[in-house]
Amino acid sequence: MSRFVSLISGIIFGVGLTVSQMINPAKVLGFLNIFDEWDPSLAFVMIGALIISSPFFQIFKSNKKPFFADSFSYSNNKELNKKLIIGSSLFGAGWGLVGLCPGPAIASLALLNIGSLFFVITMFIGFYISNLFETKS
Amino acid sequence: MNIVNFTPVSSFTGGLMIGLAVILFFVLNGRLIGISGIASNFLNSKKNRIDNFLFLIGLIIGPIIYKFFTQSEINISISNSFILLTIAGLLVGLGTRISGGCTSGHGISGISRFSLRSIIATLTFMIVGIITVLIKNIL
Repeated sequence: MSRFVSLISGIIFGVGLTVSQMINPAKVLGFLNIFDEWDPSLAFVMIGALIISSPFFQIFKSNKKPFFADSFSYSNNKELNKKLIIGSSLFGAGWGLVGLCPGPAIASLALLNIGSLFFVITMFIGFYISNLFETKS
Repeated sequence: MNIVNFTPVSSFTGGLMIGLAVILFFVLNGRLIGISGIASNFLNSKKNRIDNFLFLIGLIIGPIIYKFFTQSEINISISNSFILLTIAGLLVGLGTRISGGCTSGHGISGISRFSLRSIIATLTFMIVGIITVLIKNIL
């Protein structure tokens, strides 16, 4: 059952990215272009998502266990450190260069776009390299 | 600053769907959606590999379903510079793993549970993203 939920959640997320047009890097770059020609749409995507997820999260976090798994499993890391700032800065620079972040990049593979395929492959190389580091340190 | 191409209704509606996906995944499967985490765990870890794989497949099926039901084209405009795409892909892959999240993991899942760590991460990548675009405009 958890597998079915994973597939359905992915589909809803992918449709959401398409409806909101965040699948289009030009919309994202428009949001980051705040000092010139600004497209505030991305802020409305976040507001829409947070209006749903935030109250439900508060309601359900006191549940003992999720419906289709033995326990809740997510990082409760509260550490504010250099890694958080350095990592977010590197991500922000990559995001600003072409307007792609992991969700829209993977979803846009559906459109058989050679550019997004190229981006996703190099992003996975990035995941692989950072994993090598993690296991060593 | 001029406001251009603003699509508040479709953006808000799509956002609601993204929020719904986050809640379903949390309440039913007990996990938080962060695409960079799901994708890198699919690559690097055996734990929940099939779940992660199916989520990513769903993410790709989503736009196809949208196209099928609305009978409309999905237009995207993406950089045609393979050098830029390579640098950006590596930065996004490394950066999201070093900071432990991306726009979805920190920006939505993290902020929705009021994580200070995620709020700081989101402000950081947005500010650096804005500066990057600003520099690109000048060059």
